[in-house]
Amino acid sequence: MSMPDWEPLGESALLLRWGQRIDAALNAHVHAAAAAISNAALPAIEDIVPAYASLLLRFDARHWSRDGACDAHTALRTCIEPLLPTAAPDVQSARTLRIPVAYGGDSGPDLDALARTCGMDAQTFVSRHTAPLYRVAMLGFAPGFPYLLGLDAALYAPRRASPRVRVPAGSVAIGGAQTGIYPSELPGGWQLIGRTPLRLFDPTRTPPCLLRAGDRVRFVAVPAEAPAHTDRGAA
Amino acid sequence: MSVSVLAPGLSSSVQDLGRCGHAALGVGRAGALDGDALRLANALVGNLPGAAGIEITLTGPRLRFDAPVAFALCGADFEARLDGAIVASWRSHDAPAGSLLELGHARNGCRAWLALGGGIALPRILDSCATDLNAALGPLPRVLRTGDVLPLGALHDPPRAHRRRWSLDPRPWFAGADVAPLRVLPGRDHARLDAASRSAFHTLPFRATATSNRVGVRLDGTPLRLEQAFECVSEPLVPGVVQLPPSGQPIILLGEHPVSGGYPLIGQVAAVDLPRLAQVRPGTALRFAPIDAATAAALLHARRRARDQLEAQIRARLEQV
Repeated sequence: MSMPDWEPLGESALLLRWGQRIDAALNAHVHAAAAAISNAALPAIEDIVPAYASLLLRFDARHWSRDGACDAHTALRTCIEPLLPTAAPDVQSARTLRIPVAYGGDSGPDLDALARTCGMDAQTFVSRHTAPLYRVAMLGFAPGFPYLLGLDAALYAPRRASPRVRVPAGSVAIGGAQTGIYPSELPGGWQLIGRTPLRLFDPTRTPPCLLRAGDRVRFVAVPAEAPAHTDRGAA
Repeated sequence: MSVSVLAPGLSSSVQDLGRCGHAALGVGRAGALDGDALRLANALVGNLPGAAGIEITLTGPRLRFDAPVAFALCGADFEARLDGAIVASWRSHDAPAGSLLELGHARNGCRAWLALGGGIALPRILDSCATDLNAALGPLPRVLRTGDVLPLGALHDPPRAHRRRWSLDPRPWFAGADVAPLRVLPGRDHARLDAASRSAFHTLPFRATATSNRVGVRLDGTPLRLEQAFECVSEPLVPGVVQLPPSGQPIILLGEHPVSGGYPLIGQVAAVDLPRLAQVRPGTALRFAPIDAATAAALLHARRRARDQLEAQIRARLEQV
């Protein structure tokens, strides 16, 4: 496994960076490292923040600098480096979740225009969106918002020139080379192609997020207003 | 015991020291934008450092206490009256049952933190009572409204009034109409600024706009330009990073920032200066001055040591008979 670059982000955070691309292999490194660091249960680590190709550790600077006696970032790096997995991460163990989506119509107001822009009919667009087995690269932007890897390049679409003030919860959307799902009602600039009745984020549920980084996701087209059979899409 | 909101103020919210450990879910920290000020206010009323209080912004709320409650206000200099009588910040007061606390306008600065004896006792959401206004997350996932009733916890050892006829010196903790530059470390993409912008960043003033909020201070000034536009993949963020969106007008992120983002990062405000950012009012002129990492770390450690010592001194005085 390639070793990351190490970069301080302020006095109390250390960034590990494997690259600056959206790439499934780099992302797998990030999550393998996050798991290893998390399992080590190091003291005074306040947050482990995985992203596409980088991982941030937020820490208590006074603990790691021994109250200013040494450089906290160096001390933490020395401690973390031996923990990083050396083998290529195993990506076979991830679970697969099926997400029912009502495409088009009120559920996906941008579908028809987007399909036209991509030079295909809406049905073809939907079949190409439901075809891939996506991978959750990270949760971010808002609580429980999954950034999914694996979008068909023919479906790439620019963000809307002017973001919507209100995107309904469950909206399935495309922004650039990425596809994702709005977990709650939010402002947003991605193109809306459908909606799922599944609840992606509920802070009172354990765990709060339906999806976690590393999960495999498959979208399944369902008629609009179809009842959700389960709260958790089974594999 | 509870406190009723008779008028909410401009943007008041329940805050504690924030929500740690859930960033992998996309859940940010939120919490008081100046954790030190909240901690000191909590210490003055005998609370634990992480007790939930109220963050008030520019114009404060009017509150009614249904039982005797100790309170303390730390941060910006707000007009405050208890049943009509002026009360000072940076010390604790005893509000009798049925009394009215009126917090007016900030005369200097932008935000203050009101600690209430026993703390606001709402159920924790993901380990915290903090309000993330942007994500609408928290036990009260919005700003205060007229008619809200906030339950208060029981003080395990209520400090008595006669022990509290003293106040803190706000000077090290609140620097009002402060014109000193914000000390800034170079960000990941600082070297990608063109030469004129690199110089402008450290010399020219920027003005905080009215669209600034708990997510960030949005600046307006001579637009900063990159040598060459480039694509950024989203990376994790921390408070104090200075982002450069395509408009060329920087944004300094505060405690309610999203966990990750993809704008170029041209700077990182030293943590010792983050409490000053919480006090920036719209229209305030800001300047940046470079600092090195070792100095920034030393200043942060000194500030935290001083804060810990002061909290310990307050605790010791409250325990004196």
